[in-house]
Amino acid sequence: MSKPPDFNRQTILMQSERGFKSEIIAAIPLTAKEKLFHIRICDPCERENFTFLPGQFIMIELPGCGEIPISISSSTSNKEFLALCIRNVGKVTGMLHRLKAGAIVGIRGPFGTHFPMEKMTGYNVLLMAGGLGIAPLRAPIYWANNHRSDYKDIIILYGAKEPEQILFGYQFEEWRTIYNLNILTIVQKADKRWPGRKGIITDLFGDIHIEPDNTFAIVCGPPVMFKFVCAHLSTLGLPRQRMFVSLERRMHCGMGKCCRCNVGSTFTCLDGPVFDYWTVMNLKEAI
Amino acid sequence: MLFKTITKENFRNMIEGIMENNEVIGPKSRDRDTKGAKIYRFLKLNSFDELEMDYTRSYSSPKNYFLPFKEDLATYDLRDTGWEQEIRYTIHPRIIVGMRACDINALLKLDQVMLKSQYPNPYYSARRRNTVIIGLDHEPLEDCFCRSMNTDTAFHGFDLFMTDIGEKYFVAINSDTGYMILNRFDSCEVGEEDQLLYKEVRGRIESKFKTQVDITIVPELMDLEFESDVWKRWGDKCLSCGSCAMVCPTCYCYGIEEDIDLNFDKATKRRFLYSCNLLDFATVAGGHNFRPEAHIRLKYRYYHQFRGFVEAFNQSLCVGCNRCGKACLAGISPKAVIDDLIGTEKR
Ligand SMILES: Cc1cc2nc3c(=O)[nH]c(=O)nc-3n(C[C@H](O)[C@H](O)[C@H](O)COP(=O)(O)OP(=O)(O)OC[C@H]3O[C@@H](n4cnc5c(N)ncnc54)[C@H](O)[C@@H]3O)c2cc1C
Ligand code: SF4
Ligand code: SF4
Ligand code: FES
Repeated sequence: MSKPPDFNRQTILMQSERGFKSEIIAAIPLTAKEKLFHIRICDPCERENFTFLPGQFIMIELPGCGEIPISISSSTSNKEFLALCIRNVGKVTGMLHRLKAGAIVGIRGPFGTHFPMEKMTGYNVLLMAGGLGIAPLRAPIYWANNHRSDYKDIIILYGAKEPEQILFGYQFEEWRTIYNLNILTIVQKADKRWPGRKGIITDLFGDIHIEPDNTFAIVCGPPVMFKFVCAHLSTLGLPRQRMFVSLERRMHCGMGKCCRCNVGSTFTCLDGPVFDYWTVMNLKEAI
Repeated sequence: MLFKTITKENFRNMIEGIMENNEVIGPKSRDRDTKGAKIYRFLKLNSFDELEMDYTRSYSSPKNYFLPFKEDLATYDLRDTGWEQEIRYTIHPRIIVGMRACDINALLKLDQVMLKSQYPNPYYSARRRNTVIIGLDHEPLEDCFCRSMNTDTAFHGFDLFMTDIGEKYFVAINSDTGYMILNRFDSCEVGEEDQLLYKEVRGRIESKFKTQVDITIVPELMDLEFESDVWKRWGDKCLSCGSCAMVCPTCYCYGIEEDIDLNFDKATKRRFLYSCNLLDFATVAGGHNFRPEAHIRLKYRYYHQFRGFVEAFNQSLCVGCNRCGKACLAGISPKAVIDDLIGTEKR
């Protein structure tokens, strides 16, 4: 019997599987463990068509080494390159840290949900980051700067372990003066040379005034941090649906297939990483 | 749906005819267990006589012909100036004979995730579209609970589905491919008598289900009894071996690994099936494990099967084949765990 005619229907190869070949155009050391990578999609056409929203992530691949999720930390309006702030913690990140400008990597994406910047129009925006949590916050900060008149007060609270670990500190002055953002930093441990505050991020709540009816909050950092921060904000009366957090889980696909990022009944890569706090409360073991 | 009948002799001709030019997969016994019972697996058939139409349950499910245990997703040519990626799908026509209704329903559930979602999976899709499925009814085994899961009959997801009505097979036709295959060999229209016989067989099958699992309130119980000691009781027995997920027709979790050749000129990105019961399933860099204990991981396997999937697709992921119960060395079966869960609720 010959082959039935239904056979050999081709399937279209999805971009989400293939990925974009991209070049590292700069690898800038920020601290002992973190580097900022500027990555440009090689094909001009693909580069032009690549768009993302604040809070989304990409999967970055080093052939033969592995593939990992990294939040995009550049402005959505930057068409030249994507900025990725990567901490050296293991195999793939370690290998990335050894790469120099000119190296070719693969990226797939963008994946995941985003911070609903449009919904925040007309509100105060409170952004809170702990440690590396500032990386996913850079995209919404740039967005807010680019649409500064859409928002009322913008406050950034940033907590780090030590002054040396503060990321992007060199940009704070520019953000303060040009874009009129209020940025407060706090560190857990510091010697006498540190002029600023010492403590944990929730200590900064005493220094600012929050209008619960008029504020959206974005929180990024380790799980313990957003647990405390969101609990505090709820007691102030901020509705849980106006607080957004970005969750981190192990990820292998970014497309809701491998299940590795499963929390409760959802997948962090599809329904997250950005969740509102009401959803997070309803997800088993989210925090 | 169209129906026809085919005599057993002609069925043999049909399978032999297909085999001439195509790869045919079917249930075949390979080994015997300690009690002497045959162990069946879906394997490539070399002749019609290897096909065991009276098989009980295949040890592992035919899902592996759609989601292979290991699959190369891409290969890379590494050069000094960068690399070239190549992606190839195995588009290799196949016929699977003798799949049970539960396994066909399991594929339909996988279709929801792999085909009908935001990111269709081209590897799965290529295999799914190039596989002809010939299903086969059977009388339920002691521990089959597919009836409770609503997966004891298949209405689509196959090309042909056969029910043994004595001298002949009663055949449901669900695709043009199936229709064409059947038409090349002598098949007959369904007569009044065939129809009566078919109804009788179906009735007999339905009356023979012994195991029942009441899942009506299980999705809610998964949340209400989230902290219940049921999980600890069963979970502490779990060896975190992952066998349950390997034999399950619907478990689809996977991991990715990348390999590089010894002479650094080729690399491969490979997907391998994983299990949410394995220790490092949710471990992230720095060593934090979101599911550090066996009972938490076991709970999550059930949570996905009986709650997460229900929320997403209005149906449980489990099809009630009890392969996991049979494969588990610790004696953990869905029926036992769920009965226990419902029991705590009543207490
Ligand atoms: C949505 C999202 C955004 C992220 N954004 C950033 C960022 O902007 N900057 C940054 O430095 N890090 C970020 N991470 C964490 C980063 O993905 C991990 O640090 C990275 O995967 C570690 O890989 P490795 O190979 O170096 O570590 P190893 O410990 O060698 O890990 C081996 C493998 O495990 C998996 N894995 C381990 N840890 C994680 C993890 N935390 N998340 C997902 N998969 C993991 C990966 O597949 C990895 O290849 C993000 C994670 C997520 C989920
Ligand atoms: S009974 Fe077990 S193996 Fe069968 S579908 Fe349900 S979970 Fe999977
Ligand atoms: S087969 Fe049994 S022991 Fe092994 S992981 Fe599954 S439930 Fe645990
Ligand atoms: S990363 Fe694979 S399912 Fe989310």
